[in-house]
Amino acid sequence: MIVNGNKISLEAPVTVAAFLEEKGYLKSRVVVEKNGDIVPKASFETVFLDDRDEIEIVHFVGGG
Amino acid sequence: MQISKEQYENCLAERITMEAYEKLAAGRVAIAGLGGLGSHIAIMLARCGVGKLHLIDFDEVDLSNIHRQAYHLSQIGKKKTEAIAELICEINPYIKLHLDDIRVEKEQVATLFADEDIICEAFDHAEAKTMLLEQFLTNRTVWIEEKKLVTASGMAGFASANTIITRQVLKNVYQCGDGVSDIADDIGLTSARVTICAAHQANMILRLLLGEKTP
Repeated sequence: MIVNGNKISLEAPVTVAAFLEEKGYLKSRVVVEKNGDIVPKASFETVFLDDRDEIEIVHFVGGG
Repeated sequence: MQISKEQYENCLAERITMEAYEKLAAGRVAIAGLGGLGSHIAIMLARCGVGKLHLIDFDEVDLSNIHRQAYHLSQIGKKKTEAIAELICEINPYIKLHLDDIRVEKEQVATLFADEDIICEAFDHAEAKTMLLEQFLTNRTVWIEEKKLVTASGMAGFASANTIITRQVLKNVYQCGDGVSDIADDIGLTSARVTICAAHQANMILRLLLGEKTP
């Protein structure tokens, strides 16, 4: 699977929610694109990622 | 001092070339948030002659803003939209301003930004920043022309200014900042570092208006 341009190996399909939790992202502060399309937050628990997918994760911290 | 529009434009064109000036004068930019980032970005773009600025914020100028936002002590208590318009009038009275004294809600994004080519995210809360990007991506198919979004993440504290950069994160989406320095970590927020991030955003917006796509 490619995450933000970097290749990582994914042993088994995983939900977006589980992947974000494992990587330490807060759901309320990330936007995820899977193969070019946004994954709505409401679908994080039901959309699966597998090794063929290309995902982009955009993350925000506070301040401005 | 009365300066005619022609005098003003010629002076700016001499500095940046008439060709660049005309592209900036045709530009329409929305700035969502007029705090530490947005107030400075609005002024920088006004100085460069960007033709139309859509300025959005629901808040009022407070004493706690003065240490990093562009406002003056005499403006405390004024609506930020009114205060920034006052400052811009003294800098470039010839650009078009559209002021919106509102909080940006997710249901409004499709219509609120209908008229602008470039949207600048200048909020302070991480959740609001995230909401705007989500709605930008969701509404892309609704808008007739391609729009671009310039966001910001990570400018708190006193870390090196050299870690603040501009990246393209998605198609037509850019992010300025160091990506990590969070105000929630109680490391402070200074005018210097916040303005560096604001300048990154303003510079990226100018590049986009001039036809460049890379950071």
